[in-house]
Amino acid sequence: MTASFPSAAREEVLARIRRAVGDSSAVEQRYAQVPRGYRNAGGAQRPGEACSPQTVALFLERLADYGASARLVDATAAPSAIAEALTGRGADTVVVPHGFPEPWRAGLAGVRVLGDDPPVGLDALDAVDGVLTTAATGVAATGTFVLDGGPGQGRRALTLVPDYHLCVIPADRIVRSVPDAMALLDPVRPLTFVSGPSATSDIEMKRVEGVHGPRTLEVLVVATEPPLADHRPIDDPAES
Amino acid sequence: MNGTTFLGMPAFPRAARDALGDAQLRRNLAEATRTIRDKRDEAVGELPDWEELREAGRALKEHTLLHLDRYLLQFEEQVTAAGGTVHWARDSAEANRIVADLVKRTGRNEVVKVKSMATQETGLNTALEQAGIRAYETDLAELIVQLGQDRPSHILVPAIHRNRAEIREIFRREMGTRAAGDGLGDAGALGDDPQELAEAARRHLREKFLRAEVGICGANFLVAETGTVVVAESEGNGRMCLSLPQTLICLAGIEKVVPRWQDLEVFLQLLPRSSTGERMNPYTSTWTGTADQDGPREFHVVLLDGGRTATLADPIGRQALNCIRCSACLNVCPVYERVGGHAYGSVYPGPIGAILGPQLRGTASPVDRSLPYASTLCGACYEVCPVKINIPEVLVHLRARVVDGKRRRPLPGPERLAMAAARWTLSSPRRLAGAQRMAAAAARLVRHNGRIRRMPGPLAGWTDARDLPAPAPESFRTWWRRTHP
Repeated sequence: MTASFPSAAREEVLARIRRAVGDSSAVEQRYAQVPRGYRNAGGAQRPGEACSPQTVALFLERLADYGASARLVDATAAPSAIAEALTGRGADTVVVPHGFPEPWRAGLAGVRVLGDDPPVGLDALDAVDGVLTTAATGVAATGTFVLDGGPGQGRRALTLVPDYHLCVIPADRIVRSVPDAMALLDPVRPLTFVSGPSATSDIEMKRVEGVHGPRTLEVLVVATEPPLADHRPIDDPAES
Repeated sequence: MNGTTFLGMPAFPRAARDALGDAQLRRNLAEATRTIRDKRDEAVGELPDWEELREAGRALKEHTLLHLDRYLLQFEEQVTAAGGTVHWARDSAEANRIVADLVKRTGRNEVVKVKSMATQETGLNTALEQAGIRAYETDLAELIVQLGQDRPSHILVPAIHRNRAEIREIFRREMGTRAAGDGLGDAGALGDDPQELAEAARRHLREKFLRAEVGICGANFLVAETGTVVVAESEGNGRMCLSLPQTLICLAGIEKVVPRWQDLEVFLQLLPRSSTGERMNPYTSTWTGTADQDGPREFHVVLLDGGRTATLADPIGRQALNCIRCSACLNVCPVYERVGGHAYGSVYPGPIGAILGPQLRGTASPVDRSLPYASTLCGACYEVCPVKINIPEVLVHLRARVVDGKRRRPLPGPERLAMAAARWTLSSPRRLAGAQRMAAAAARLVRHNGRIRRMPGPLAGWTDARDLPAPAPESFRTWWRRTHP
């Protein structure tokens, strides 16, 4: 760790700010006065709501809207759905990060699996057919899932360099809105919010899917029955 | 030096007239801005609480600016605790020097860059080049601008002034000539389908990403509470630069800080819908310092003043610092749609550029003095602004500042003389009637289809940028007297 040190520039910029706006006291009190009349401020999701079929349906619809193929499968059908998805893309060599739920690995019999232990080099990563992960949280309103590097998600490069990403998410990790998700996420971890495959609108504002990140994104939502009494979006169900 | 206007750039009216003569440019802009406006309207219309989000965004920004010293210190403390290093820069030159030194210390002479307005503002690429460091822009539009040796013309889509055929020509020329090592040997066969052009960019940059040792980025938000940096993007080029290199350097304006992690729940809803018209942009990355086994081992943040504290000192003008660089105001602006971004003479075009530029840089140059007038004050920009910056209010305020600046000159200019004459004329009904008769008589000599295109002498200043409707042959009062005896 490199400690930062007081510099002339630092002192001068701070002095200029103080000259411009005066003394900075009563901050907490004033912060509390910021109006938050928008929906779900602070993450207002109640336990169990995460699994509502409407939320899951909206999540799938919005993902599809942005060019990801997305569908809901039963827990028992998850391994075969994973196998089908990989075969369908011709993915023979796939990276599967440590902590990917054991029951879902049953579908990987015919596939060459690379764990990331020891770490796969960049060139090797560039050469694999795809990556298979889970995700920390899904946001229905925006069709977003968030990777936090937790079990079954791996470091960020794993879901970036390969051209095909298959993400399998338990339904009970899906929340309604952005505020609900922010309240559940841990900012200390490197987070990646993913909403559809990589895209650009830089040429005539026409959306083109597939630039530097994975050009094909597929999402399987695994139904969780019965709905959990409390939602535990970060915990891995396979390990708890 | 607090950022510069483009070298040799004329003041807005002349640049605008040149731009208006470019039919291709106007077609490209009209098409692109219409597309993005429609998308934005749809994405915003989906949220019934949009106005509440805007108000929260505005209030959060205003609150942060009033306690900026405290939040910056908190951010510094948190970044340092998480293994990063914070640097401070008073102006662009200092920021560029810090970044160049940090790159040199790694022993590398190449960097990959995420699109960043702050580095555009400081002219970082030029400064790095002078230090012997090659900077590769990796955002598609920035790449188009860099390869075309062009200037950015839009905050979000810097190459918005280019259509697909022009882009193909740039790619053919620039990628083709360097085909040998760049993995694009068949660029000559490149078509102009956007999908194909994006594919060409992917292949062009792939190797650079995979061997990059130093990444440079800006920031959409800095979180004081946690020391977290947020970068929103679409293509995945950002993720490449943020997570693959060993060293990451972030250059961000001091106004980018927000108090708490929770506040992102507001801005991550406001930004994508206002910017690209999407519910959420494809990728948003957040990180705090350095992480074990994931991403850069060395992380630096350079906090840039660059005229921001001067802007902060103006109670009306400081709201320009609320800006989250979404560019919604450009896309709705009738002036921007017709003249494009280059006419504004700096990296911040459009309505926000017209209030940000003259404040960050001061009103010393002709470009910066003309920018507050580059608007019809129609108010569309205020209406779409996700953080409720009252751009027309600041424009009028800055016009007053420009005029006050002229007032200090020893000799009165034509404008002041004209205003004095107007006061003399308008303060007497007799003098007004006389002036109206004279104007009607003079107008018969210079009018053309009911309009006056060029006024003589010092009055030419008025008609430089607009036609003047010819005065009626007789005044209302004369007409009334004549028809109602």
